[in-house]
Amino acid sequence: MTDLDHTLQQLLQLASQHFQVPAAELNPDDDFFKKLKINSLQTLDLLTQLENHFNVELPDYELQGVTDFRTLAERIQSRL
Amino acid sequence: MDREREVVLGLGAATLEILGGMVLHLEPAAPTNEGNAGVATDSFEGKTLSWTLVGETIELALHREPCNEIGSATLEELERFVETASGFASRARSLVIYSRMAAGFSAGADLRELYRRMQSRKADAHEMEVREFLTRIHQVFSWIDSSPLVTVAAVHGVVFGGGFELALTCDMIVADRTARFCFPELRLGLIPGFGGIPRLKRELGNGLVRDLILTGRSFNATKAAAIGLVSQLVSPGEASRVARGVAAQAAKFDAKTMRAAKRFIKPIPNAEFQEEIRIFCELVTQPAVEAALRKFVEDAGPQPYLP
Repeated sequence: MTDLDHTLQQLLQLASQHFQVPAAELNPDDDFFKKLKINSLQTLDLLTQLENHFNVELPDYELQGVTDFRTLAERIQSRL
Repeated sequence: MDREREVVLGLGAATLEILGGMVLHLEPAAPTNEGNAGVATDSFEGKTLSWTLVGETIELALHREPCNEIGSATLEELERFVETASGFASRARSLVIYSRMAAGFSAGADLRELYRRMQSRKADAHEMEVREFLTRIHQVFSWIDSSPLVTVAAVHGVVFGGGFELALTCDMIVADRTARFCFPELRLGLIPGFGGIPRLKRELGNGLVRDLILTGRSFNATKAAAIGLVSQLVSPGEASRVARGVAAQAAKFDAKTMRAAKRFIKPIPNAEFQEEIRIFCELVTQPAVEAALRKFVEDAGPQPYLP
């Protein structure tokens, strides 16, 4: 498993636990806004959760336009 | 939702339990839309905020849906708070400001109200109204900032714009790990208008101030603690409890010495605040601001608005 795959798996697991969506229902290329059914405040909450979990900073502007788990994992990986 | 916030959101008697200590006087919420008008006691239950004197600590709770947006209603109740608190400040030693809303401490200025008013007034009248609003909110924030009380903001969740500026008036910020801070004003073609830049400059190095203001990016509580903005970082739901402890500890010290220390540490030249109001008013009538506000008001997407 590559580092990116490992980050992606952790991301999916965290999203599943935090937003109480079964892990089996989450796929790397899913639109996480739709899949997690989150609003803008919950998006900020997710951002904080990710930063705390991976111990990275994720500036909002770097995530503009990112909608799928795989690309989000790439953005996180680039900061690890 | 954490346990403390669940209880506090329940209000009533449960609020008293979570606040702890001795409540000198607590009036129930008035049955009218006017709040507890005319009740000049140690407590108040308003539409947007409430306060009560618990022992020697004034506890100011923000509770306007959805996330304590600061508009004219909040300003009026903040002014009422300052007027009343000035009266019983001799019996109080500290002030703790916190939010009862699950979403966070405060999302900042009420941009929907600002947009509505912009739509219904000519540019000159709108600018004058904004200037008056800013002057009034500066008076309130400056009262908190320069108060002889030990002031602590207990924050969680969203701490954006004007909410961030309110927290910055306090001597200390206690944040739980869910807190997220941001000055998004430049996204709208504006600068922070409630004293944000002068107070952020007081707390942080200028390079970081420019990063946070000019990119409009948000940052979490861990970062805020690392850069010295937050004095204590705590578990989710623990900020208010810890803030009360901070307030109680600081209140043990000699009041005169406390006032002297604060006068030495905190003052900001008034000219900086006046310049901020001038720049804000100069910007607020620009077409780009109206366009950005319209986009903000009409945008219902899950991604926070960021041009």
